[in-house]
Amino acid sequence: MRYKFLTAAFAATVALNFAGPAAATDLEVTHWWTSGGEAAAVAELAKAFDATGNHWVDGAIAGSGGTARPIMISRITGGDPMGATQFNHGRQAEELVQAGLMRDLTDIATKDKWTEIVRPKSLLDSCTIDGKIYCVPVNIHSWQWLWLSSEAFQKAGVPMPKDWNEFVAAAPALEKAGIIPLAVGGQPWQASGAFDVLLAAVGGTDAFLKVYKEKDAKFAGGPEIAKVFKAADDARKMAKNTNVQDWNQATNLVITGKAGGQIMGDWAQGEFQVAGKTAGKDYACLPGLGLNEVIATGGDAFYFPLLKDADKSKAQEVLAETLLDPKTQVAFNLKKGSLPVRGDVDLNTANDCMKKGLAILAKGAVIPWTDQLLSQDSQKQKEDLFSEFFAKPDMTLEEAQKRFADIIASAD
Amino acid sequence: MSNSERPNQLFRNLNAKIASIPMILTALVVFVGGTAWTVLYSFTNSKLLPRLSFVGLDQYHRLWSTSRWLVSIENLLIYGAISLVFSLVIGFLLAALLDQKIRFEDTFRTIFLYPFALSFIVTGLVWQWLLNPDFGVQRVVRDLGWTSFSFDPLYNSSIVIYGISIAALWQGTGLIMCLMLAGLRGIDEDIWKAARVDGIPAWKTYLFIIIPMMRPVFITTLVIIAAGIVKVYDLVVAQTSGGPGIASEVPAKYVYDYMFFAQNLGQGFAASTMMLLSVVIVIVPWAYLEFGGKKRG
Repeated sequence: MRYKFLTAAFAATVALNFAGPAAATDLEVTHWWTSGGEAAAVAELAKAFDATGNHWVDGAIAGSGGTARPIMISRITGGDPMGATQFNHGRQAEELVQAGLMRDLTDIATKDKWTEIVRPKSLLDSCTIDGKIYCVPVNIHSWQWLWLSSEAFQKAGVPMPKDWNEFVAAAPALEKAGIIPLAVGGQPWQASGAFDVLLAAVGGTDAFLKVYKEKDAKFAGGPEIAKVFKAADDARKMAKNTNVQDWNQATNLVITGKAGGQIMGDWAQGEFQVAGKTAGKDYACLPGLGLNEVIATGGDAFYFPLLKDADKSKAQEVLAETLLDPKTQVAFNLKKGSLPVRGDVDLNTANDCMKKGLAILAKGAVIPWTDQLLSQDSQKQKEDLFSEFFAKPDMTLEEAQKRFADIIASAD
Repeated sequence: MSNSERPNQLFRNLNAKIASIPMILTALVVFVGGTAWTVLYSFTNSKLLPRLSFVGLDQYHRLWSTSRWLVSIENLLIYGAISLVFSLVIGFLLAALLDQKIRFEDTFRTIFLYPFALSFIVTGLVWQWLLNPDFGVQRVVRDLGWTSFSFDPLYNSSIVIYGISIAALWQGTGLIMCLMLAGLRGIDEDIWKAARVDGIPAWKTYLFIIIPMMRPVFITTLVIIAAGIVKVYDLVVAQTSGGPGIASEVPAKYVYDYMFFAQNLGQGFAASTMMLLSVVIVIVPWAYLEFGGKKRG
């Protein structure tokens, strides 16, 4: 029955297209970039695509990936696919690809030699399923950042910390000055992401991979990970007065000096930029929490649903090429605060924090991120656990760690 | 002769029968078919897309060992008990008071019923603001001088479900009041006269004569409230989105989150089957009382 509906929907779009003028092709692109910095960045993509003679129809879905992805997926499976859509590359769209609903981009990739220009290589690997390429990575986003507010530390009269341990030590002074030491918003993914960052920073790269890549449940329940839970307990105590939901509201607490710091991905940088703050002066950033300087190569990518309409399919190819164009890459990533996916672009205008990120990238200190390693199902269970852990001060570390090990044991 | 009677039976009220065909089909295909499909797939390991590879009761085992589901069930029980008891009691009291032939009855009835015109989403947002410690009730009382006053149910894990129940009661009690009022108006004036002649006090008349006579109204009300309890979702999403942590999660939200966010249809179906089971437990005794009783009588 679904297929009947699919064909009917296709027929409808085709009929509509014949009726309309056949000049510029409209291509609807869905994404969840709606905060100030993100919207400015996506406008750059739209501008570049419109310059090719096509028309970018913006399909922004508010409320971050958790809200947007179900809508995108149900549109694709329900037979009303958009022209292109954002996902975090990795395993979010895996089943859509396996069901044959997504377009194979291998031809374009070979023609434009993506394997040579995309760096690090692991990005393209997470777009590849059974040897075929299904997505265009547009940026590298890493979670491993601690953003600190100069204003807050000045007010509290303590020096700016250089790593996580110093930050924890400075927490009582911040609290005394009426400042929330660590801002963690109420959305479940924020608590879960903060824990993953702590795991990579406090536990180290090997521990991170052992838990999430090898899914070693015994190790996850062991003494090394207990240290990470101890750090998470510190974070929980420091965050207990954050009464906000969204991540950008939490970032705003840091921008305005109401909170000392926030563990958040580099997309937070776009917010600092929109607020007119300067890296190194108004705010500082510590990649890997200052303990273990690695960055994860998560990020955003565009996937192209399989369409029957020839014009739109052609426009999809143009969009795929535009996204990887060096000029687009620079313009987009500067606004977004993320790192470009190609190594041969000029980023002189990048600020302090982005330069730190680029240097780490050049050293090759990269790790895969949980989006690539775990299924959405396991991710959700992890989110449930950590949002409970952060909101419930009386949940013991032993109980939390035991449940964490259980999730890892059944993870896929 | 029986042969010629059969077609007669079938074609009697033919128009009515033809008119009800669409609804019969809808009920069969959408309700019964959809339910059977969901229950069937709850025994599979379907992820993002449904597929028929059976794993027995695995999804149910996982469901009942997940702390979020257990919290959801506990919340549903608390929320259910509160809304059942309080909306019946408050609804009946308001109706009995309105029934005293007071002046401006229409005005009062409109005021009490008005919240019901709002959706749960709007209700949830309004009460989220009212209960927000920085803008709402707590702030107002503190500005009046009681600076140590603390009232922040939505930010306190142990009482958050009560904060949600307040909003639900505010929204739903008006409807219950109207149903009760209709029931009270259906009672014959002569009953009251007879009770007065016998010298029975008003509260006793209500308790021992009127309420037993209103049994059908009570049962209908009960079913309406119970259905509202099981499906509660939007109110929670608007007020707390399940937080703080997972303290105000409800089963319907678990189903939605696991079907769409976690891309695990099997788990979502198992949870929705459990919800169906709880509805059946409510509906079957009601149907027995309502329809079974008449046949005997």
